[in-house]
Amino acid sequence: MSAPKTTRKKMTKAEKNEAIWGLAFVAPTMIGLIVLNFYPIFYTVYQSFCKTGNFGIGNVFVGFDNYSKVLQSGEFWGSLVNTFKYAIIEVPFSVVFALILAVFLNRKIAFRGGYRTIFFLPMVAAPAAVAMVWKFLYNQKFGLLNHLFGTDIAWVSDSRVAWIAIAIIGVWSIVGYNMILFISGLQEIPHDYYEAADIDGATGISQFFYITIPLLSPTLFFILQTRIIGALQVFDLIYMVMDNTNQALKSVQTVVYLFYDYAFTKANRGYGAAIVMVMLVIILGITKLLQASEKKWVFYN
Amino acid sequence: MESYAAKKKVVQAVIHVILICASITMIVPFAWMLLTAFKTISESTSVNPFIIFPSSWNLANFKSVWKSYNFFYLYKNTLLMIFFRVVCAVLTATMAGYAFGRLKFPGKNFLFSLVLIQMMVPGQIFIIPQYIMVSNLHGLNTIFGLVFPGMVTAFGTFLLKTGYQGLPKDLEEAAGIDGCNIGQKFLLIMAPLTRSAMVSLGIFTAVFAFKDLMWPMIVASNASSTTLSAGLAKMQGQFSNNYPELMAAALMACLPMIVLYLIFQKQFIEGIATSGGKL
Repeated sequence: MSAPKTTRKKMTKAEKNEAIWGLAFVAPTMIGLIVLNFYPIFYTVYQSFCKTGNFGIGNVFVGFDNYSKVLQSGEFWGSLVNTFKYAIIEVPFSVVFALILAVFLNRKIAFRGGYRTIFFLPMVAAPAAVAMVWKFLYNQKFGLLNHLFGTDIAWVSDSRVAWIAIAIIGVWSIVGYNMILFISGLQEIPHDYYEAADIDGATGISQFFYITIPLLSPTLFFILQTRIIGALQVFDLIYMVMDNTNQALKSVQTVVYLFYDYAFTKANRGYGAAIVMVMLVIILGITKLLQASEKKWVFYN
Repeated sequence: MESYAAKKKVVQAVIHVILICASITMIVPFAWMLLTAFKTISESTSVNPFIIFPSSWNLANFKSVWKSYNFFYLYKNTLLMIFFRVVCAVLTATMAGYAFGRLKFPGKNFLFSLVLIQMMVPGQIFIIPQYIMVSNLHGLNTIFGLVFPGMVTAFGTFLLKTGYQGLPKDLEEAAGIDGCNIGQKFLLIMAPLTRSAMVSLGIFTAVFAFKDLMWPMIVASNASSTTLSAGLAKMQGQFSNNYPELMAAALMACLPMIVLYLIFQKQFIEGIATSGGKL
């Protein structure tokens, strides 16, 4: 900005020309974002204050009715608890396993490329297909898992284990992706740090905690943030694995599952919109908390 | 010195054991999908004895699924959706990324803050109104409906903006002297230099469009107008106990993307990882 004295200088011809090109170039994206995203945000807010009319009747304004129903519904709070339960398994396990794998694959080791290819494979498979095969693996009568472990567990229809079974699929699906992000973070750590530590006689494990972890903290933060927010929006796995006749569904269904169920299966859009608004508040709150914590433990240099 | 070398060998061996166990865990679901897809129903549900390998490797299940489930249409719809989403996303994001990264224009900061806000908001908030718009435009069960929410990309704009900012300034100045206007500079000099970011965005867009389940279920409920992902969900609802056919369908749905991944591994991993999902 180079106009300290005169607040508004007349644009030169070249500046005007540049402004026209710039606006023309961002126009398709900005018009698209306004139509596809910003108008919908306001519409969803409006919708959440309306009762969806039957065929032919439009939205009827009902004030905070949908919100008070959502907030008084045991089903909603239950789904929120389920969502956090899912996240509490998926996030830490997928992050820790990924970090271990990344540290191993960051060394000079045979078949490094092969391992990486295999771990990343679930990222290119459709979650619908992944969930289908896991559902079969989990089958109580003829599933592979009970056969291998000699157990007789109703993995996905016993409400005590179903949420863990679902979260295991989540960990399996995402660990390779986290690993790739960790590897690129690890590669940015200069080798001299480790050489200096070697001379000082530091062991591999203390090097890991005193060099790797602090220098990797920006990557770790990024992964944690994306994973927490991603896990809170889990839908595909629940939808594909849990039939709506499954008695464990109530103990597994997540907030986004509930949103889909109300907004589209039951065509109660006002209620669905209120669910999504409450979720928005929760997710933005968590984002704020994470960003506040960032200053405390993440080292940028 | 000798003990050091020996210790190193042990460490290597332990690491390999761990990595091999992890690899098996990753492979088993895919292998089970493949093995089951060739079995008969009774083989797939046999417990005593538990059958691992199918008795014959014939394509009966694949053929049956192909016919009864309009798989041709599922492939066609998925391919067209991916094609249009990739073209739209790369085109609009490259243009906007260039403007945000290199040009001065009024309202730039405000407009870019809208891009950032879109990336922070959970996507479900857009879905009901997007569905209503598609429905009003008579776009249900059409390719247009499938493509609709992916016509522009805030994330791609952000990615390309970063790419353009990283390019040296003198390139453009040299081109300016040669009498190029901004449009020519963009097309001839700048855009080709961000090719790798464009490829990343293209792969990222393709993979996530392919994996998406909720949107195609909402706007394309007809079996012949939906995508592979949503088609699988429909099939599972219809014959839930025919595991060989379900696994054949799952395999057919995943195979094209897996083959592409194995061929273009480096680009896939870079594309998905550098893009890093949402911000």
